[in-house]
Amino acid sequence: MHILKLIFKNAFRHKLRTFLTILGVAIAILAFGLLRTVISTWYLGVEASSASRLVTRNAISLVFPLPLSYKEKIRQVEGVKEVSYGSWFGGIYIDEKHFFANYAVEPETYLKIYPEIIIPPDQKSVFFRDRKSAVAGRKLAERYGWKIGDIITLKGTIYSGNWDFVLRGIYRGRDENVDETAFVFHWEYLNESLKKTSPLRADQVGWYMIEVTNPNIAAEAAVKIDRMFKNSLAETLTETEKAFTLGFISMTEAIVIAIQLVSFLIIFIIMAVVANTMSMTARERIGEYAIFKTLGFGGFHITGLIFGESLVITMVGAALGIFLTFPAAKIFGKELSTYFPVFIVEPETIYMDIGAALVVACVAALFPAWRAVNIRIADGLRRIG
Amino acid sequence: MGNRPPIVVIRNLCKSYFRGNQVIQVLNDISLDIDDGEFLALMGPSGSGKTTLLNLIAGIDKVDSGIIQVGGVDITSLSETELAQWRAMNVGFIFQFYNLIPVLTAFENVELPLLLTGLSKKERRTHVETALSVVNLSDRMDHYPGQLSGGQQQRVAIARAIVTDPTILVADEPTGDLDRVSANDVLELMERLVHELGKTIIMVTHDPRAAKMAHVIKHLDKGVLNAHPQTDF
Repeated sequence: MHILKLIFKNAFRHKLRTFLTILGVAIAILAFGLLRTVISTWYLGVEASSASRLVTRNAISLVFPLPLSYKEKIRQVEGVKEVSYGSWFGGIYIDEKHFFANYAVEPETYLKIYPEIIIPPDQKSVFFRDRKSAVAGRKLAERYGWKIGDIITLKGTIYSGNWDFVLRGIYRGRDENVDETAFVFHWEYLNESLKKTSPLRADQVGWYMIEVTNPNIAAEAAVKIDRMFKNSLAETLTETEKAFTLGFISMTEAIVIAIQLVSFLIIFIIMAVVANTMSMTARERIGEYAIFKTLGFGGFHITGLIFGESLVITMVGAALGIFLTFPAAKIFGKELSTYFPVFIVEPETIYMDIGAALVVACVAALFPAWRAVNIRIADGLRRIG
Repeated sequence: MGNRPPIVVIRNLCKSYFRGNQVIQVLNDISLDIDDGEFLALMGPSGSGKTTLLNLIAGIDKVDSGIIQVGGVDITSLSETELAQWRAMNVGFIFQFYNLIPVLTAFENVELPLLLTGLSKKERRTHVETALSVVNLSDRMDHYPGQLSGGQQQRVAIARAIVTDPTILVADEPTGDLDRVSANDVLELMERLVHELGKTIIMVTHDPRAAKMAHVIKHLDKGVLNAHPQTDF
């Protein structure tokens, strides 16, 4: 009991130094937590993807479209339950700074395949009926103060001109990791317009979304679909939704690696700071450790005292850092909602925070403990007085 | 002291240190017997090897050659771990600068050596209260060292030294940092420990008044021991 009391009292003997070290650890853990959250957010789409969903795109590139006629052929493939399709619209709202994902879909099948997108039934039925209508995610509507019935105008980049949409629904995600910042509208509305303005681009879709009856047959179905369009004008590449999302992430892998490196660098720096604090502490108390050894306390006890003190300082800092991570993530997520539609501190991030703090505490205490345990008692006692 | 065997037996003890490449012979062929219940003072000029000899008897340093037996145990043959356990049970330490842990109260400081024993909390409390009453500090048990005078701190240190009822007490300049009045109090207390409780004390001192309290005075000079029995005992 006294040993625990001693550990806590020792930890706060040099108040300013301990306070500054705790502050350093708290800031480091906060920064580490936010960076880890950025990384986990990057992969959130992968986590949100369903094992029973496939995505079919043009084998050359996503930029190239696929004929609408493929839909019925894909539907005939054994194990395919539902087929939907969509096209990236890439419209600009106000100016380029106000970015959000916007794309054209076939509403009824799309919402069947993505049951995690929840739209109130009355809004859904109006959305299905009105071809000029659109639905927006809850966060997006909140960001711009949109209400049901508002006219939203997007300036086309891929499809030129100004496009007016009537907001008929606001969706929310069934799960926390569902993006609530997207804007979707009728593919039919886009296609009808294209038939008039650029008929060559009509009746083409950007990708197909496919739901299979059983995740176990997803790979087999993908092979069958691609085989069906082999040697056609538009060959397909079908992959699971997870692989499709990972394909996007791989384009930005260098950024993810850089963020990961920075996050570990922060931990390394704070490790040096805590190690410095613990070295100073152990050097100042070497006489006391000699007294403990004189009284019969062994290396185990001395090590316990130093590791305990390092743990107290680091874990108090880590607790403060973790506590601050949640409000900081909220502010961070709000300010950068354009880039991170969902910014949630995952439990894994907190576990990593705790793990990093434990590693910092133990590594920082290693050398001081080794020194204190190995110093001759007579030499240690000579430092007193 | 009757026919009882000596509590400390030292034979042909040698100890040297390295200073750079140079070997410094600190103790040279020391042989000494200390009887149970004896109060021995070790005197000598600085660098004569007094503290080194005390440290060797207390098991906090290792000999080059020779034998040290305390209570029949040859401590020169013990490993570091065994020596630490032996010290905890058999040696009480009194230092010049008291060496109390500043963040622990007088009670907690005295209780420290008992944490290594299998005593219950209640038993530890009884032992600590007894030790503090012996040194007349029962009313200061909740004070921190910083709230006590030098003499009081040294008395707490003595309570810590006797709380485990050790075989021997070793004191290195116990009055060296005290004023005359406090030094006298501490010396009287040590004399009481010998007379009333039958403790064996080995004390290193420069102070002739402190040495006067001892039964036997031994002089060390350049690592060699010269007997100088106390005449008024």
